[in-house]
Amino acid sequence: MAQYLAKRFLASLLVLFLISILVFIAVRAIPGDVCKIVLNTQDVDQQQCDAVREELGLDEPVAKQYVTYMGGVLTGDWGQALISKRAVWGEIKTRIPLTVELTLLSTGFALLLALPIGIISAVKQDSITDYVLRILSIGWLSLPSFWVGTMLIVFPAKWWGYAPPVGYVDIWEDPLKNLEQLYLPAFSLGLALSASLARVTRSAMLEVLRQDYIRTARAKGLRDRVVVIKHGLKNAMIPVVTLFGLQVGVLFGGTVVLEGIFSLPGLGFLTFQAVTVKDYTQVQGVVLFFAAVLVSINLLVDVSYAWFDPRIRYA
Amino acid sequence: MATQAAAPLMQREVFARRSRRAGLWRVARSKPIGAIAALICILLVLVAIAADVIAPQAADAVDPLKNPRLQAPSLSHPFGTDNLFRDMYSRTLIGSRISLGIGFTSVFFGTIIGTTLGMVAGYFRGWVDLVVSRAIEVVLGFPPLVLAVFLTAIFLTSKGFSWKGFFILSLTIGIIIAPATARIVRGSVLSVRNLQYVEAAESVGNSPLRIMFRHVLPNVVAPIIVIASIQIGNAILAEASLSFLGLGISDDSHPSWGKMLQDTRQQWHLAWWTAFVPGAAISIAVLSFNLFGDGLRDVLDPRLRQSS
Repeated sequence: MAQYLAKRFLASLLVLFLISILVFIAVRAIPGDVCKIVLNTQDVDQQQCDAVREELGLDEPVAKQYVTYMGGVLTGDWGQALISKRAVWGEIKTRIPLTVELTLLSTGFALLLALPIGIISAVKQDSITDYVLRILSIGWLSLPSFWVGTMLIVFPAKWWGYAPPVGYVDIWEDPLKNLEQLYLPAFSLGLALSASLARVTRSAMLEVLRQDYIRTARAKGLRDRVVVIKHGLKNAMIPVVTLFGLQVGVLFGGTVVLEGIFSLPGLGFLTFQAVTVKDYTQVQGVVLFFAAVLVSINLLVDVSYAWFDPRIRYA
Repeated sequence: MATQAAAPLMQREVFARRSRRAGLWRVARSKPIGAIAALICILLVLVAIAADVIAPQAADAVDPLKNPRLQAPSLSHPFGTDNLFRDMYSRTLIGSRISLGIGFTSVFFGTIIGTTLGMVAGYFRGWVDLVVSRAIEVVLGFPPLVLAVFLTAIFLTSKGFSWKGFFILSLTIGIIIAPATARIVRGSVLSVRNLQYVEAAESVGNSPLRIMFRHVLPNVVAPIIVIASIQIGNAILAEASLSFLGLGISDDSHPSWGKMLQDTRQQWHLAWWTAFVPGAAISIAVLSFNLFGDGLRDVLDPRLRQSS
């Protein structure tokens, strides 16, 4: 087990290292001149340009730039944004809580919808209920989350004059107002996720419910509910968790659009803003941060298999 | 003499054709939802091809007399008009070109990249497999949409529609969907690779390239078709998200559904149809391609049913 964990951990580190190189090189492959973006004019003379490049450290060899940059990243100095001139890490740090909360709420919504649907579909396999639930879930799998978000803004406003409060408040300041701002985007994001989770829950439950130990549990005289939830669901969770690990990235991507629609100042919105104004040091920072979080979550997902299924010991 | 010999031949051909048609009908009957979805997909493609003929107006026709600003759907404007005096029905029809065009092209790129990587990794195994698997993990290490935003922001520098932009955008979305294809192809190739006919082909002295294309590829083609058809929906969604963020290749005369949503953002609360129509178009297209892919999977490769 320890050996497996160490191996997975090292592999994740390697992937992160490769990602950082890729992002670093891609940002430097941008066509056009950096100093025009920094100075915000089209006509710059060579002297000004050289000064800017020197200030940004772009006159050094690329390898050295990379080492300097990564050294900074590891010690908490992610450099300075090109245009806003604020500290890149500072910008990221203040926006983490909002995006974490949004992601967690969406996951909550998704599980709340997906698990009951998946379980009911599996227990009543091939019944009308199963059929209807399956059609519904593939239906809302196809709804783009940003469109669901749009509709949730447009129609309540049209019919009941309802709009979620504007101007983001921190959850510690005013939890109710904060939740009122977040539940609509969280629902929009969670809906698509719940559809794929429900499908996987169903097929995993079907597989598990056919096992011998389920029959044993039933033969012991346990109630149906206990058999399905305690003996069935826990063992059906592995594919669900795997899919969740794959889908976290989709959730993160969704925040880019949804935070824009609902004017929430989170990480996704920061990405979008930075891309729009071509603030490449900020873009580089956020993208790297997103990737680091995603790779870590996937590592956690792998590790959690052992918890869900004690048979997996990775000798 | 000649006619005698020809008759049974022709008959056989007729039978073959008839049974093929009957087979198609049988499949359609057993998967009614998939069949209906397939019809809608074909219809969407036909609309996209003939868009400029069907559409009553040009996409960028600004005509305050004919198209009053922000008019609700009516007989003369089935989908209403937008804030810039344009007919939304025409724009939605023409918008299908970029949405579906990018959708198909990116799946084409993604499938080629993914299949090549997956086949090479599965066939050669060893260090080649290791390198390809790491590359896949690197791409999967990014949130897909964030990677798309990142790549288009860097490489798609031209504003508005151009064929170069079309190519870059498709390639970007293709890169994002390639890992899924690569993984599935790799798995299938691994299971085919040790079969005796591959060994036989090797022992006769065929080159690896020939074996891969002549002997391995035809046997993993079913999962490739299935995953490709499922990814069309994802690609359409990705294009819509990007152009909604203002990063796509669409402009006034080349609208896409995502861009139409972006253009009318400030008017959503005044005119619900400007938000509803393009989003509904995206949803219907994605839903049809998803259901079609689902049906295709059940028919072509029942083994894949469990995996997703």
